[in-house]
Amino acid sequence: METLKYQVDGDGVALVGIDVPGRSLNILTPQLQRELEQLFAWIAGDDAVKGVVIHSAKARGFIAGADLMELVQAFERGTSKSEAREQSAYLQGLTRRIETLGKPVATAIGGLALGGGLELALATHYRVLSTDPAAQVGLPEVTVGLLPGGGGTQRLSRLIGVAKALPLLLEGKPVAPQQALELGIVDELAEPAQLLERARAWVLANPEARQPWDRKGWKPRDLAALAFPHGPLTAAILQAHVASRGNYPAPLAILSCVGEGLVTDIDTGLRIERNYFAQLLTDPVARNLIRTQFINKSAAEKLVRRPRGFETRKFARIGVLGAGQMGAGIAQVAAAAGIEVTLLDASQTQAEAARERIAADLARSVARGRLGQDKAAAILARIRPTADYAALAEAELVIEAVFEDLAVKAEVTGKAVAAMPADALFASNTSTLPISRLAAEFPRPADFIGLHFFSPVERMPLVEIIRGDATSDVTLAQAMDFVGQLRKTPILVNDSPGFFTSRVFGSFVDEGFLMLKDGIDPVLVEQAARQAGMPVGPLAVADEVSLELQFKVNRQAIELGLDQRFQRAAAIDLVRSMVHDLGRPGRRGGGGFYEYPADDAKHLWPGLARHWPVAAEQPKLEELRLRLLNIQALEAACCVEEGVIDAAADADLGSTLGIGFPTWTGGVLSYIDTLGLPGFVEQCDQLAERWGERFRPSPWLRQRAASGETFHRSSVSA
Amino acid sequence: MTDAYIYDHVRTPRGKGRADGALAQITPIQLAAQTLAALRQRNDLDTAQIDDVILGCVAPIGEQGANLGRLAAIVADYSEGVPGQQINRFCASALEAVNLAAALVAAGQAQAVVAGGVESMSRTPMGGDGGPWYADPQTNWKSYYTPQGIGADLIATLDGYSREDVDRFAVESQRRAAQAWDAGYFAGSVVPVCDVIGEVALAHDEHMRPGSRVEDLGRLKPAFVAMGAAGYDALAQQRYPRVERIEHVHTGGNSSGIVDGASAVLIGSRAFGERNGLRPRGRILGFQSIGSEPTIMLTGPAPCSAKLLQRLGLGFDDIDLFEVNEAFASVVLRFMRETGVGHERVNVNGGSIAMGHPLGATGAMLLGIALDELERRGGKRALITLCAAAGMATATVIERL
Repeated sequence: METLKYQVDGDGVALVGIDVPGRSLNILTPQLQRELEQLFAWIAGDDAVKGVVIHSAKARGFIAGADLMELVQAFERGTSKSEAREQSAYLQGLTRRIETLGKPVATAIGGLALGGGLELALATHYRVLSTDPAAQVGLPEVTVGLLPGGGGTQRLSRLIGVAKALPLLLEGKPVAPQQALELGIVDELAEPAQLLERARAWVLANPEARQPWDRKGWKPRDLAALAFPHGPLTAAILQAHVASRGNYPAPLAILSCVGEGLVTDIDTGLRIERNYFAQLLTDPVARNLIRTQFINKSAAEKLVRRPRGFETRKFARIGVLGAGQMGAGIAQVAAAAGIEVTLLDASQTQAEAARERIAADLARSVARGRLGQDKAAAILARIRPTADYAALAEAELVIEAVFEDLAVKAEVTGKAVAAMPADALFASNTSTLPISRLAAEFPRPADFIGLHFFSPVERMPLVEIIRGDATSDVTLAQAMDFVGQLRKTPILVNDSPGFFTSRVFGSFVDEGFLMLKDGIDPVLVEQAARQAGMPVGPLAVADEVSLELQFKVNRQAIELGLDQRFQRAAAIDLVRSMVHDLGRPGRRGGGGFYEYPADDAKHLWPGLARHWPVAAEQPKLEELRLRLLNIQALEAACCVEEGVIDAAADADLGSTLGIGFPTWTGGVLSYIDTLGLPGFVEQCDQLAERWGERFRPSPWLRQRAASGETFHRSSVSA
Repeated sequence: MTDAYIYDHVRTPRGKGRADGALAQITPIQLAAQTLAALRQRNDLDTAQIDDVILGCVAPIGEQGANLGRLAAIVADYSEGVPGQQINRFCASALEAVNLAAALVAAGQAQAVVAGGVESMSRTPMGGDGGPWYADPQTNWKSYYTPQGIGADLIATLDGYSREDVDRFAVESQRRAAQAWDAGYFAGSVVPVCDVIGEVALAHDEHMRPGSRVEDLGRLKPAFVAMGAAGYDALAQQRYPRVERIEHVHTGGNSSGIVDGASAVLIGSRAFGERNGLRPRGRILGFQSIGSEPTIMLTGPAPCSAKLLQRLGLGFDDIDLFEVNEAFASVVLRFMRETGVGHERVNVNGGSIAMGHPLGATGAMLLGIALDELERRGGKRALITLCAAAGMATATVIERL
């Protein structure tokens, strides 16, 4: 046995210690499952063994779940539905073997028990959980588009009741020890040092252990209410249906396992569960969620795109120019990461006002119990507001986050250069101006880079790192180190107007504007975007960003002499009309596409129909949904074609983490791969016929489609 | 094919469908049995000639479960040779029961059938039978299950019926029902319900609010706001993506009342009537059921009626009276808008908003009201239609003899 340590003590209690080699945390690998199966078969026949305690032989954690990479590879191998069902059936069989052993089995859960780890524990007769706050338990499968296929849907809902089990199954959030006890997921809490002994004592005291659901006449507590609208299912179905908008198959599958399975005995319930598991494992949504949100996100956070061969740099002091919303946000996350920050603005008052806003935000976190008072105080103490450039004298990195105007930026850059150390890096947080153009104002363009944060910086994980024409590899490597230090997720983008995320985002809002010009009902436009899985519709988000700002950015693009296609020629006249003719500059300006009554929910401005009359014939929602998704995917493909994006994973992460492209797709390029490039090209040709040449795939894309290329070359990354 | 005739019909008064309602002490089997007994007594029926008893019931569980048709026949002292069955076409159940009875007679497979329905909403609440529609995840998901009130409000939103429109309709329903009762139009068909010691428990519709004014109704709170906010509005909007916001206009005052009641109709062939010396009062000309969009679920009556009339070679103008179940005010407003039939021909004696809607029993009640009114006015044809849950509707055209 390579994954298990086994010993039987003097009282006849077998201690099964799980220790999967080559990993710091146990994972429920196929090998571990096989060895447990063999071991329990053997224990069943060994009369010397009176009972069993399962525990982890690692320094931390119990079992952290399944091997995500293996799940993705199973999809990529073309695992069939019946093979996927067998995979689930194997683990279910193991859990049945354990709980029907005829001898008491307890689990000593010393740390994190997620997914298959908790499912294994649920199949034992008694669970003792460590009081260590890190010892969280949960079934997070839904977050990767799957369901607990090792009996988790059946046992948890039988054990603690459907009403309590459904939130855990549908949200996938782990719970802390005390809550796990209160919910009834575990039977007892114990200090880490007592854990094994408590489990052992229970085993010795309960020789006749058997699962409740294996006792004659036992019924789940919610059974009588299960078929009724007031029962535990209906409201959960509603919430899940509204939230998933039909794009995510896992919540429905989980609800079905519980709804259909609780009526039956446990074995039939398991049969139902494994069929739904098979449905999900062979659905690309699970692959897309795992690949982008877990595997590639984690790789990005481990700085997979960092040029090799440079020493890791840890930043101790930085300067932030501009104490607006973005500057203050950057200062706050940097300070939270232990970095001393000089927060500089035109006046001391402005800089201090920003620090006050940060203080208020930290105080809110303290009030909500998310942050300790002492930690909040320490973060705030690291931020020094000033109007004096001399304060940048020790900065290792200066980030400029001032108004998006070449002249303003040139001015503050010049002042900073005069004050900052001669070897300090310089980064711009611009979202619209070309990095190479800005770098020209800097004496050492090799040390200049773009660090595009997203608002609100405290909550948005993405940082788009923009490599200018002259940016050196060492600068890039150190910028990556900085983003890693902030615990943000970096993607690497080469310089281009709008970089990557703003380009793709622009294509989305412009498509919304063009729909209005096409006479499409704005209500339908917004609903189509939401049903595609975008968090809000293009008109709502344009209002939030401000139409006035978009118009200014466009003006700037023209002044900069950017290529025609970066001037948003097709849609910008609508923005101009809104801002200048109709006085509707956006939310902050009092209203845009929407009206914002003080005492009621926002609603679309009725005046829209006067200026862009709604056509009598409306397209189907599905067609609008495709327009909104495909136009973004086309723009992303164009970024690959132009060399703005090197790695498909960067485009996927940038689109899902930065601009709300729906996660069920895996991201913009994963969306195309999921559809299949030839199918995507065909769809776009049809859209081009009906809605305009902007949908026409480029010869480069057609060529790729013809030659069978995909954006993701392997199952895992670009 | 032979013709199916209506020989008689009775209904209980409708009691408030709550614990303090007059009929809350009466079991549903008693409600049904008393209507069956009334038909027997009024017509001096030799019940051995009855080939079937078909009863509708929408929450067939517990004391409404199994088969009230057969069991009510036993309790009502019908001949032991009379079988019974129970059907569920949701709110159109009792009308469907009549239609099935007519089909059996018309096909020559039965001489006489008693058809009707029963619902004790005070004792078995709406939805009390559960079912996959609410609670089976796959079914709920696929059908975009949404409570009816949201559907009613969605019709009002789509058609632009204001709160005042629906309240005004409700006030008129109350006015007409009160007038019909006062004038004794219902006296020949409503049979009092008796308790176990033989005293009358209820002789008159209990739910009515005669004299209601638009101002009074306007003060009631919209009933489905919280339900909408819980997510059903958002779900319905996914299905109706051009609706930016659902206007919640329906209240307890402009929706059908929750009541207890039962109904029974005697359907038979001409030979059956001749043999028993009974005079046929009406003839079933035809019937139809359809499915409609299940999220709103209440839009079926107009297309169902149109389909039926077309098959019968009739137009809406050939119908003297319409009974369109007042599930919600917007349902009838939609029917009138879609068919062009004016309110002067629709629900002339009020409807379920005033008198209540005992789900499984209402269809046969409406049929009886229509036949009585045709006789009173000397009219020729009436069309009875009800919307039914999960997106259905049933319609029947009758002709006075």
